[in-house]
Amino acid sequence: MSSEPVIDVQQLNVWFGKHHVLHDVDFRVMPGEIRVIMGGSGSGKSTLLRHLLGLLKPRSGMVSILGTNIARASTAETLRLRRQMGVSFQGGALFTSMTVGENVALPLREHTTLDENTVRIMSRLKLEVVNLGGFQDLMPSQLSGGMVKRAALARAIVMDPKLLFFDEPSAGLDPVVSAELDELILQLRDAMRMSIVVVTHELESAFKIADTITVLDRGFVLMTGSVAEVRASGNERIQDLLNRRPRKIEVDTDEYLRRLTEVDAD
Amino acid sequence: MALDAIIKPINRLGRGSVSAIAEVGYAGAILVESLYFAAVGWRRGQPVRFSAVFEQMRQVGIDAIPIVLLLSFTVGLMLGIQFMSALGEFGAQSQVVIAVAKSVTREFAALITGILIAGRSGSSFAARIGSMNVSQEVDALAVIGIDPVRYLAAPSLVAMLLMLPTLTVLSNVMAILGAALYCSPQLDISPLVYIIQTLNALELRDVFEGLSKSVVFAVIITLVGVSTGFGVSGGAEGVGRATTRAVVLSITLLVVSDMVFSFFLNR
Repeated sequence: MSSEPVIDVQQLNVWFGKHHVLHDVDFRVMPGEIRVIMGGSGSGKSTLLRHLLGLLKPRSGMVSILGTNIARASTAETLRLRRQMGVSFQGGALFTSMTVGENVALPLREHTTLDENTVRIMSRLKLEVVNLGGFQDLMPSQLSGGMVKRAALARAIVMDPKLLFFDEPSAGLDPVVSAELDELILQLRDAMRMSIVVVTHELESAFKIADTITVLDRGFVLMTGSVAEVRASGNERIQDLLNRRPRKIEVDTDEYLRRLTEVDAD
Repeated sequence: MALDAIIKPINRLGRGSVSAIAEVGYAGAILVESLYFAAVGWRRGQPVRFSAVFEQMRQVGIDAIPIVLLLSFTVGLMLGIQFMSALGEFGAQSQVVIAVAKSVTREFAALITGILIAGRSGSSFAARIGSMNVSQEVDALAVIGIDPVRYLAAPSLVAMLLMLPTLTVLSNVMAILGAALYCSPQLDISPLVYIIQTLNALELRDVFEGLSKSVVFAVIITLVGVSTGFGVSGGAEGVGRATTRAVVLSITLLVVSDMVFSFFLNR
């Protein structure tokens, strides 16, 4: 296995208007690794994910996926890259006008010249992998929350990607279903040798599946380390997150007064 | 304070202008990209599929035929009634044929069809793409490697460019038929003679004027609907707002561009 990182982010800084959302983020994922990005709401984890997916282009800093610099990639290079990536979105993002089977088959239909029989067999195979065998003719609206996530996962892996992204796998699911999904992620890595990036705020699931964890807080990477290292961390913010303690908000008086009196915030 | 009263409106005007220009630019980019994908997309791995275009043609065109026919017939009838009574005051009833023929082919058929399709399809473009945007389906397309403009906008644009002129032709026929049914008894001629007189009165450029307008309307309706849809934020409420905005804005632009067109084509 090569030792080149599949994801290499260096000194990424992101601004939304006046808000500095990501500060000097360095982020590296090696082949075959399951990396969990953990952080509370507003920690910048969704913004980081959107950069990793190439949905946002970095203005400052470098994002390189599978050796391709996202900011400099041509349209053809971006297309080639996207065929090697799979993404399962938070709400599934299944196309509501298509059946589950058509959803899963879409990447194959668009990117390959396989005949209809092969496409059908391959997409059903992936549905079997996520335990949704036989559900190909249902519409997404007829599926339960857990089934939607699994169908989205089947669509994400149908092209056998090298890199899989999973946004909030356990959000909105009951504990049993979410534990099953964690199992599935582990199986996928072992069976298909993918590198997997999971964004979550669920501690239990993070500790179960992660090889390494990156903790984000208010746009800063607090630490990247193994599960044991994160658990043992002396950082107060990380311990707050692990022990579900409300964070202490320090008020900067000058800044506070400025925000109150400022005209035309944007 | 006095300075504030001057600066604030200027500030608002400036921001408004910048966002309006940005929107026009965005719509322009969608137009160029759609045409690009339609022309050479298949060479770049981003083909605009015939099946998608046909599906859109059915939705924006075929499904709208009954209502277009009904409305056009009614408008034709109404024009017949108005022209009969207005021209009757001068004893110029025989001129009704030419008045109806020219006003329908140059103006009313294209405008009525355009407004109808703006209400039907412009809103549905905005709603469909808007709700896909809200549920991250547009993002999902992008990360699968399917350009959202190629997949969602280009088929709609091609379908509209083909179907709106077609519907306008149908509308021409129906409106003139409507006028013929009302006017011919009053003019003491048969409907067939009315129609023959209409065909004699019409020049090719009259029909061409209406059709060229309908092509412009097709571009306006599609771009307003699609770009409003892609710009949706703020959940279901945002989708609702976008739908309303798409209809109001496209009908406004339709009427304004119609006026501009009429001005330049009739000088």
